[in-house]
Amino acid sequence: MVRGVSEQTEIRSTERPVPPQPAAPAKPDSAVIRDALGVGVAVGLSGFAFGVTSAGAGLSLLQTCALSLLVFTGASQFALVGALAAGGNPLTAAAGAFFLGARNAFYGLRLSAVLGYRAALKPLAAHWVIDETTAVTLAQPDRRSARLGFTVTGLTLYVLWNLTTFVGALGAEALGDTRAWGLDAASPAVFLALLAPMLRTTVERVAAGLAVVLVMVTLPLLPTGVPVLVSALAAPAVLVVQGRRERVTENRTATGEDRS
Amino acid sequence: MNVWIAIVVTAVGCYLVKYLGLSAPAGVLERPLVKRLAALLPVALLAALTAQQTFSDGGSLVLDAKAAGVAAAAVALVLRAPFLLVVGVAVVVTAGVRALGG
Repeated sequence: MVRGVSEQTEIRSTERPVPPQPAAPAKPDSAVIRDALGVGVAVGLSGFAFGVTSAGAGLSLLQTCALSLLVFTGASQFALVGALAAGGNPLTAAAGAFFLGARNAFYGLRLSAVLGYRAALKPLAAHWVIDETTAVTLAQPDRRSARLGFTVTGLTLYVLWNLTTFVGALGAEALGDTRAWGLDAASPAVFLALLAPMLRTTVERVAAGLAVVLVMVTLPLLPTGVPVLVSALAAPAVLVVQGRRERVTENRTATGEDRS
Repeated sequence: MNVWIAIVVTAVGCYLVKYLGLSAPAGVLERPLVKRLAALLPVALLAALTAQQTFSDGGSLVLDAKAAGVAAAAVALVLRAPFLLVVGVAVVVTAGVRALGG
C-alpha cells in the first residue's frame, strides 16, 4: 500500500499537466485528497481488528478506546494488548509497545522539514505522525500538497480508526468467547501483514529469523513479555555482523566502494 | 489497574517519541547506524510478536488452530490480498479448524 501511493502519485502528475512552477511541479488538491483518503479509509477500517483483539484480550471498552485515542499507532497497540493478554507485567508490555513506536521519531524527523509547521502547531501534529501519514506526506511534490496530504490522511485515519475500534470492541463483547470465533488469530495476522513488506533485503530477513529463534527459545524460560524484548537484540546483532563483513570486504577489495 | 498503568505509560511514551522527532533539530538522529537500527528494530519485534502470538499460550509453546490461521494469512499475503482480507482469512481458518476439533 505504501508502495502504491508513490506510484500512483507519479502516474497522476504526468497525466494532468499543470502550469509550470519555478520549483517543484504543483499537484492538484483533488489528487492529493484522493491519495490521502484512499490510505486513510483503507487503514482506518482496520481499527475494527484492533477493537476485536483488544476486547478479546480482556480489556474493557473504555480501555480499548483509550488506546486508540491516545496511543494511535497500530502495531504498538496490538503489541500492548497481546502482552497484557498473555499476563505480562504492565511495564514490560509497555516497553515492547514503546520500542515499536520509536520508529515514529524518525518519521517526525523527516516530516519536520517537509511540513514546516511552526512550534505551536507541532504538539498537535505530532499525534498523527505514523507510517501512513508519513508515506502520503513524503510522496507529495511541494509543501502545500504535503500539508494537505498529512492533514487529510491524519484526520480520516484518526476518526475511522477510533470509530471502528469502538464498533469492533462492542462486537467482540457481544460475541462472548472470541477464541471460538478464531479472533485470537487476528493479532498475529496483523503483525505478519505489517512485517511482510519490510522483508526486502537479506539483512532484514536474517534479523526477522533471528528474532523468531530468540523468542521461541526464551519463551518457556523467561517471564511473560520479556522474550519479545530479548528478541529486539536481533537488530543490533545483525548490524554488528553486517558491519564486520563490510569491513572485511572493503579490506579485500580496497576500492572504497560504498556498502551493498 | 495494571492495565491502566500500561495504557498511560504507552500513550505518554509513544506520544513523546513522535513529538521528539517532529521537534528535534535536523541531524540529531541522522547518524547512519542509528537510522539502520531504527529501521531494523520493528522488523525484529514484529517477527517475534508474530511467532509468540501464533505459538504460545501463556508461558508455554503450543501448536493449535491459530497456526493454521496464520499460515493461511501468509498465503493470502503472498497472493497480495489487501490488509483486512489477510486478517479475515486468519480468523475464518482458525475458527474453521477449531470447529472441526483442531
